[in-house]
Amino acid sequence: MAKAKIYITFKDGVLEPQGKTVNAALVKMGYKNIKDVRIGKYIEMEIDGNNEKIKKEVDEICDKLLANPNIEKYDFEII
Amino acid sequence: MNKKLKFGIVVFPGSNCDADCLWALKDVLNQEAEFIWHESKNIKKYDCLVLPGGFSYGDYLRSGAIARFAKVMESISDFANKKNKFIIGICNGFQILLEAGLLPGAMLHNKNLKFICEYVNITVENTNTPFTNRCAKGQVLKIPIAHGEGNYYCDERTLNTLIAKDKIIFRYCDSNGMITDEANVNGSIYNIAGIMNTKGNILGMMPHPERAMIKELGSEDGRLIWQSIIDYIKKS
Repeated sequence: MAKAKIYITFKDGVLEPQGKTVNAALVKMGYKNIKDVRIGKYIEMEIDGNNEKIKKEVDEICDKLLANPNIEKYDFEII
Repeated sequence: MNKKLKFGIVVFPGSNCDADCLWALKDVLNQEAEFIWHESKNIKKYDCLVLPGGFSYGDYLRSGAIARFAKVMESISDFANKKNKFIIGICNGFQILLEAGLLPGAMLHNKNLKFICEYVNITVENTNTPFTNRCAKGQVLKIPIAHGEGNYYCDERTLNTLIAKDKIIFRYCDSNGMITDEANVNGSIYNIAGIMNTKGNILGMMPHPERAMIKELGSEDGRLIWQSIIDYIKKS
């Protein structure tokens, strides 16, 4: 059994309100050096199969369902 | 002509404006309307499908992301490609149409991160459509919104195409019809509240016309949208 660790983040240029709000809060708390915060998603998935097949499938799953390519990009690792 | 139109209202697990749409179409406007369960494939007989508002599949992952893979959605592209068939997606229904790629763009969280439930004003940008032919160009409609993720986003190229092809149907405005940043309650790009596909038979909008049907509830401007569809189909 392998584990896929999937990271989904907003594309550059897409305004991300949660990150903006957290950024503003951090600056208010005194962390004046914080320049940008982007909040994304982290997904863990347990998956059976050989490594090549898993990579192909996870990529497909990210593209079809887990990320919306209009606004998000993704990256993953298989361990 | 007194022929009644057939509306099909698609019900996903978590839809919650389906009954309001049924009431608006059947009781207020005296048309035929019925619910379609999301596993149904038999949608050919309807003139117009309504994807209602709500929280399909709990809005998990992204609003509309899971609903777009429902069985009924497989038939919806075919339905949309046929002549004289129309689809209107409201709120969560709009989000589902975006996720399904039937309309361009995507929804982000509202800029203030709040769930906003209030009356808003929208201008009618294009009246030469099946959905707005009863309206005047620039007319201000007062229709409520109720959403947390209605901050419409698309890339610049898509936006330019929407503008050039006149596919932006509604924009958030103030009560005088001025398009301002202040009136842009959720932060949508270009104040967009509703768009149409290239073919012109699919409308997605965040405001709820089915909630603006009688004066007693604050506005009856929603009628104009339904009545436009009804008139258009009867004439075609």
